[in-house]
Amino acid sequence: MSKYYLFQDIRKCIGCHACEIQCKSNKNLPIGPKLCQVLQVGPKFIGGLPKTSFIFMSCFHCENPWCVSACPTGAMQKRSKDGIVFIDNDLCVGCKTCVSACPWGAPQWNPETGKVTKCDYCMDRIDEGLEPACVTTCTTGCLKFGKVEDMNQIRRGRHAESVASVENSSF
Amino acid sequence: MNKEVYSICHMCSFRCPIKVTVKDGHVDWVEGNPHVSAIDSALCPRGSAGKSLLYDDQRIQSPLIRVGERGSGNWRKASWEEAIDYVGTRLKEIIDKNGGHSVALAERTQLATHVSKAFMKAIGSPNHFTHDTICKGSVNTAGRSIFGYTDGQMGANLGNAKQIVLYGRNLFESLGLKEVSAVMKALENGAKMTYIDPRVTVTASKAHRYWMIRPGTDLALNYALIHTVLKERLYDAKFVSKWVHGLNELQDFVESYTPEWAEKETGIAAEEIIKLAREVSKDKPSVTFHAGYRASNNTNEIYFRRSILMLNSLMGSVEAKGGIFFKKGPAEVGGKAARKLTSQDFPKIDVPRFDKVGTEGFPLPDPNHGAGHMLPFAILNEDPYPIKALIAFRMDPMMSIPDINQNKRAMDKLDLVVSIDINYSNTAWYSDVILPESTYFERTDSIQQANGLKPQMFLRKKAVEPRYDTLDGAVILKRIGEKLGVGDYFPYETMEDLVEWQLEGTGFTMKDFEKKGFVAYGPDQIFWDRDNIKFKTPSGKIEFKSSLLEDAGFESFPKYEPIPVREDGKMRLVVGRSRFHTNVATQNVFYLNEQESENVLWINTEKANELGIKNNAEVEVASSVGKGTIKAFVTDLIHPEAVFMVHGYGHEAARSKRSFNKGLADGLIQKNIYDKVGGSPAFHDTFVTVKPL
Repeated sequence: MSKYYLFQDIRKCIGCHACEIQCKSNKNLPIGPKLCQVLQVGPKFIGGLPKTSFIFMSCFHCENPWCVSACPTGAMQKRSKDGIVFIDNDLCVGCKTCVSACPWGAPQWNPETGKVTKCDYCMDRIDEGLEPACVTTCTTGCLKFGKVEDMNQIRRGRHAESVASVENSSF
Repeated sequence: MNKEVYSICHMCSFRCPIKVTVKDGHVDWVEGNPHVSAIDSALCPRGSAGKSLLYDDQRIQSPLIRVGERGSGNWRKASWEEAIDYVGTRLKEIIDKNGGHSVALAERTQLATHVSKAFMKAIGSPNHFTHDTICKGSVNTAGRSIFGYTDGQMGANLGNAKQIVLYGRNLFESLGLKEVSAVMKALENGAKMTYIDPRVTVTASKAHRYWMIRPGTDLALNYALIHTVLKERLYDAKFVSKWVHGLNELQDFVESYTPEWAEKETGIAAEEIIKLAREVSKDKPSVTFHAGYRASNNTNEIYFRRSILMLNSLMGSVEAKGGIFFKKGPAEVGGKAARKLTSQDFPKIDVPRFDKVGTEGFPLPDPNHGAGHMLPFAILNEDPYPIKALIAFRMDPMMSIPDINQNKRAMDKLDLVVSIDINYSNTAWYSDVILPESTYFERTDSIQQANGLKPQMFLRKKAVEPRYDTLDGAVILKRIGEKLGVGDYFPYETMEDLVEWQLEGTGFTMKDFEKKGFVAYGPDQIFWDRDNIKFKTPSGKIEFKSSLLEDAGFESFPKYEPIPVREDGKMRLVVGRSRFHTNVATQNVFYLNEQESENVLWINTEKANELGIKNNAEVEVASSVGKGTIKAFVTDLIHPEAVFMVHGYGHEAARSKRSFNKGLADGLIQKNIYDKVGGSPAFHDTFVTVKPL
């Protein structure tokens, strides 16, 4: 697993898809591939209210990436310094083995180049001290990027707040 | 070489501040202006697609003069000199023969609006109109009738609200960045959001309370809310007794509009209505009943918008944190606003407007915006006089005014149609000449006077050179003006000259905008003392009983007309916007078109079953004025009495290859009927039949 984690605060996501577009625009991608994507589930009526889930999917940058093991040319790689999984376009031959190997559909097909493309957490931006494109301009700030341990803290903090209430605060 | 330019987005009308990174003369990266609080680098989907507009080879690349029939799409390229000369010569002929008032100019309100208004004043025509009335004229009039302020002069302090009530105000899909950020902040702080709409939207799915109201009955709901607030004395008695004029009249008026009565009309349970009134009252005055952005649904629109503003007034949520406020200009802190070209001396115009706004014929709409939907009537009936030429500047009257077939018949009668635009709008496609404007990355624009709690100025600044043979709108109008002998009203050669002219006397220069993209007149947010609010009504009060209305012969409290259940099976056509597109303007933008390339007709499952309509199947939608085909989206997420489609589809320009012929134009089906008091078209008062194909 890369040392980074991309956290989506589902409560704040409004499914605007700006992340997808900013990513595509940043990478100059043609119609088709979405290195990150927001998938909408619902609306479904729960307790009389329409509820929609917007689920952000990009790449998990696994510790033992299926795609890297599967790649016959060495195009798909894991960056040693931080574990980011990326593809070297010059080495990719478009065999799509990584597409079959990834359980989460992260590698995307670029019909213009006839090669695979995928989320690399915008490592060029990270190396400049910036955040990935999708996170930087997220409309509601629901996407956050950082070290795994920091991101965990957001969830724990939130859980603590939801458990804490006037009723629970006294003996 | 890299450079960073602060500017203003123009993918929609919100004007969110942006930061543009340019590498080797190319726009490399766009993000929200990080120096602006509540923006913090954020950019919406439309803003994120900006680069794909800039580098699109399907936008208009040079001036074009029509060769074949109107609308045939046969064009020849022209130089700017030839195109301007062509327009100037023909306009001159028309003006010499028929007078300046035979020219109309349609515009989407923008930073260059003062230039087009000056242009029209210079040629002696009162017939400048904006998209505003078509979108929200009645809320403008409602605001003036109650507070003496237009909707544009009011804001909502949503970030501090504890209760937010929205009537179809789908703000999570409209995506004004500051508004989204404010509502998110309020929700995180525990605010409660109520969303009322015959259709489930993203905003509905984030709300604490959602009511699928019977379409067209929001006014009945509000009268019952007011009834409850008054009956149970849930209002801010101190504020109301100080400021409200006409409380007794309102009390008498709403007496019979009980929650039980409203339940029958709206389908919302009486006890739920009462509960909302009580709950909201507990949080007063940090309560916003949102007055709406687009406010052009029904023929009684002004009374609905007034009822919203009355609810705010009763809660005392006027000029209060978390409530609505009046925007503060530079004068508030001793500053001076940027100059506008309209501040010059122009010859007096003594003919009425084409739409009769400001006369007995149509007294109350805002003459600053006019009533654009009257244009086809004025042209076809030559009433009050013949209109011979139309200039459409970043507005698409053909698509934006209801009843497109009628609009076409009207356009056919014109001697000259000119469009200034970036993409091929349907009006542009039907024009005689198209004058292409540079995109917001390629031009500096007039100053944005951003009034609000904190008066500021923002600047749209050119980031890169124009990619094609395009010009700034303000320069195009100046050049036409020169041909017409009124060039002196345009004291600039470049946009930079114009901006410097505007800034003279403000104490700021263009250089001051370089650091952050904006300048502020003062450091603090300004709320007026609630004992000294400057209402601009004749009485200086909040006029529930309105002198504006009554002096013009209209009632302040007309009886509610119930909406009958239809026996003929027709459904109410309801329309709206999507998160991916701005009205009719962006459907061909590369990355936005990928997200949404056509509209569908939302129809309730039960209703669809009755009619034998299957999900995703083509259906015919028809009204008395037009019909068309569209795919059905069969769903439980819409009220059975309504069908819904997103506005903006049905593009006829073959050169916009992605959006050409995709989806259905709502305007083809909608009748051109309107609120005769407030001024907006009634987009939701057309009833349609839907049948499977």
